[in-house]
Amino acid sequence: MSSTDSQTNTSKEDNKESSPKPAAEKPAPPKPAAEKPAPPKPEEALPAFEKELTDRIVNQFADDVEVGYVKENRTRINVKKEKILDVAKFIKDQTPFDHAESVSGVDFPEDKEIEVVYHLGSYTDNRYSKQILALSTRAPREEIPNPGNDSTKLPSLRDVFYSVEFHERECFEMFGVYFDGHPDNRRLLLPEDWADIPPLRKDFRNKGR
Amino acid sequence: MLKELVTPQNANVFVGKLGDILYKAIDKPLGMAINWGRMWSLWPVHIETACCSVEFGAASSPRYDVERFGIIEAFGSLRQCDLVVVQGTITRKMAPRLRLVYDQMPDPKYVIAMGACAITGGLYFDSYNVLPGIDGILPVDVYVPGCPPRPETLIQGCMLLQEKIKRMKAR
Amino acid sequence: MTEQIPTDHTEQLPPGLQLEKVDDRIMTLNVGPQHPGSGHMRIIVKIDGDYIVDADPDPGYVHRGEEKMAEVRNYLLNIPHLERPVIHDSCNILYPYVLGVEDIVGIEVPERAKYVRVIAAELNRCVYIQYWLAIYGIFLGHSTMFMWPAGDRELMIDLLEKMTGARVTHSYFIPGGVRNDIPANFEDVCLRQVNYFEKRIKEYADIFYDNPILKARTEDTGVLSSQDAIRLGTTGSVLRASGIDYDVRVKEPYDVYEELDVHTNVLKDGDSYARSKIPWLDMFESCNIIRQALEKMPKSGSVRTKLRPNPKGVGNNEVYKRVESGRGAAGMHIISNGKPEPYRVKISPGSFRNLIALPYLLKGEKLGNMPAVYWSLNYWPVEADR
Repeated sequence: MSSTDSQTNTSKEDNKESSPKPAAEKPAPPKPAAEKPAPPKPEEALPAFEKELTDRIVNQFADDVEVGYVKENRTRINVKKEKILDVAKFIKDQTPFDHAESVSGVDFPEDKEIEVVYHLGSYTDNRYSKQILALSTRAPREEIPNPGNDSTKLPSLRDVFYSVEFHERECFEMFGVYFDGHPDNRRLLLPEDWADIPPLRKDFRNKGR
Repeated sequence: MLKELVTPQNANVFVGKLGDILYKAIDKPLGMAINWGRMWSLWPVHIETACCSVEFGAASSPRYDVERFGIIEAFGSLRQCDLVVVQGTITRKMAPRLRLVYDQMPDPKYVIAMGACAITGGLYFDSYNVLPGIDGILPVDVYVPGCPPRPETLIQGCMLLQEKIKRMKAR
Repeated sequence: MTEQIPTDHTEQLPPGLQLEKVDDRIMTLNVGPQHPGSGHMRIIVKIDGDYIVDADPDPGYVHRGEEKMAEVRNYLLNIPHLERPVIHDSCNILYPYVLGVEDIVGIEVPERAKYVRVIAAELNRCVYIQYWLAIYGIFLGHSTMFMWPAGDRELMIDLLEKMTGARVTHSYFIPGGVRNDIPANFEDVCLRQVNYFEKRIKEYADIFYDNPILKARTEDTGVLSSQDAIRLGTTGSVLRASGIDYDVRVKEPYDVYEELDVHTNVLKDGDSYARSKIPWLDMFESCNIIRQALEKMPKSGSVRTKLRPNPKGVGNNEVYKRVESGRGAAGMHIISNGKPEPYRVKISPGSFRNLIALPYLLKGEKLGNMPAVYWSLNYWPVEADR
C-alpha cells in the first residue's frame, strides 16, 4: 500500500468521527460533488494523488478541459467534443489508464445536450488500480432525433480504447449518439424493428409512467 | 331393409355414421392409452428466455429431479419435443423466435408459462421491451406463478399438465 | 468483416445497415437463441469448412430496459428489479447499487451488517459459480458435471434461504445494511455446511479438471494473451486466467474486505481450461472468506440503519461504485438530482464487458469448440442484456 492510501484512509475515519449522528439528521454527505462545474474547493479537501492526476491533464489542455470533481479514487474531467480524441490519446499514452469500464450516456433535455461519460480504469499500474477516471463530453441534442443522420455525433474512442466498442454501440441505440469512426455502428440490444425514438432519452416514456 | 336405407346418394353418410359409432366404441380405451403414453414422456424444448431458466435447471438437479415424474430435461432438437416451458420474460426481440419455435414443433404440443413475467409481464409490466404475458402469442396450458417459481412449483405445474393431458381428447 | 458494395443505393441506407458480399465458400450459421450451446443469445458464425472465420454475437434477447425502469422508481423500489439480471448472484449485482445509494443518501452502515453482507455475497458467489460449472459440464457433454454442482449448490442455497427467506431472489441488501438479522445459531450451521461444501468441491478435480477429455477439448483453445485481455477490457476470471492479478476485493476493498485476507487466483495460460479453473479456485477462496468473516463478525448489534421513507439524494451527486461479482467487476454509475428517483442508473456488468472477447477468441477455432470457448468467458446473457 502506498502513502496515498493511508492518507485517504485517515480522512475517511475523520469523517466518521466528526459525524456520529443518525443518518436522518446528517447535514450533508462528506463529499458533495458537482454535476456542473463546482466552485473551487479548498485545497486541503482534495486528495493529493487524484489532484496531481487531474493537474497533469489540465496543464496539457488548458482551456479545453475542466475538472468535474476530485474525490477519493474518483476523478472526472469534462472535455469539449472537438478535443475528446486528443485528451483520450494523451490519457492512453501518458497515464496508466488502459481500458474503459463503462460508457454511460446521460440525457439533459434542458441543456439540449447528451453527455457521454467514459469510466477509465487501469490494470497495469498498481497505484492506479483503485482509480477511476471519468472522461465526459457532450453532444448536441435534437428534439426530433434521427439517429445517425442528425447533428448528435461524437468522435469514437474505439481506436484509442478498444474496449469501448460494444459500449458505444449500446450508447448509439439507446441515445442516438452516432460515433464517427466506429467501424460497426449497428443495433446491439434492441429489436431489429425498433422504430421509436431511442429509449433512454428523457422524452421517451414507459407505458403508464 | 338395409337396401332401402343405403342408397348411392347417402352411402357416404352412412359410412361416416358407422365410423363415428366405431370411433366412439374404441375412443375411450384407445384415447386413454395414447394419453398415457403422452403424459409420461413430456419432452421440453431447450429454449431459455430469461432468468427463470436457473430454476428450471435446478428442477432437473439431483435434489428435485423432474425425471421421476416423466419429464425429461430440456432437449435441443425441437422436432422431437412436445412441451414449451416459457422460462420467464418474453422481450419483443424474443417473441417472434418463440412463436417460430412453437410453429415448428409437431402436434400435439403443450405450453407452460413459468414465472410472473411470462404470465403478465410481472415486475417488468411497464418496460418498453417486454410483452405483458405470452397469451398474445402462444396458447398456454398451465400457468406457474412465482418470481421465480421454486422447482417444486414447477414440478407441480408439470403434474397439472399431465392431469390435463389425461382428460384431453386424444387425436 | 462485412464490406460495403460500392453501388449508389448503399449511400441511401441508414448508417447502421450494410450490404454483405456473398462468398460461396463461407457459410453463415445462426447459433441460438434456441440452441443448447448458446443460452439466451445468438451467435452468428461464419464457417469455412469446420473453422470459424468470423463470429458476431447478437445479444439483447433478454433486454428488459432495467435502466429506464430505474428512472421512474425510487431508490428502494429499484432493489427488486435490479437484482433480476442475475438471480443466482443477486447479492453481488445489487452490491454496487446499494453502496452507491448509501453514498448518495449519506448514511452509515453498522459494522455487523457489513460482515453479514460479505458472508451473503460470498455464499452467493458460490451459488453462481456452481450453476455456471453445471452448465459448463452440459456444454461439454459431461452430464455428471451437471449433477454434482447442481446438487451441491443446494447446500449454499439452503444457507441463503435461512438468512434471507428466498431461494434465489433475496433482495437482502438495502441501503443502510441488510433487511433482517441472521437467525440464531446460524454461525455453527454455516461453518459446518461450508466445510462440507469445500470437501465436496475438492472432488471436482478428479472428475472434471484432471479429465483428459476435458483437457483435450479446452487446453489451447481460445487463447487470450495478457496484452489482449487488458486491451479488450475484460474482467473477472477471464482477466485472471490471462495472468493479470486484478480483483476489486483486493485492489479497491469495499465494506470489510480490507480486514479479511483475500487471495487472488491467477493462472498464466489464458486458454479455456484456465478460464474454467479460475472460478473453481475462487470457490475455495470464498469458503476461506466466509470462515474469516464468521470469526471476526461482532456477535451482536444492529444490522440496519433506518432510512427515511422515500429517501432523496442530497443535491446533484454522482457515484461510480464497483464490486467483484461472480463474473468480474460489476460497476454502477448512479446520478442523482435531489429527487427520490435516480436521474440515471447505468449498470456495467462483467458479462457485458467480457462479451467483446468472444468474436476475438472464436476466430480460427473449430466450430465444435465454440461452446467450450463461449461458456468459459463466464458469461450470463441475462446480465449482459440488462
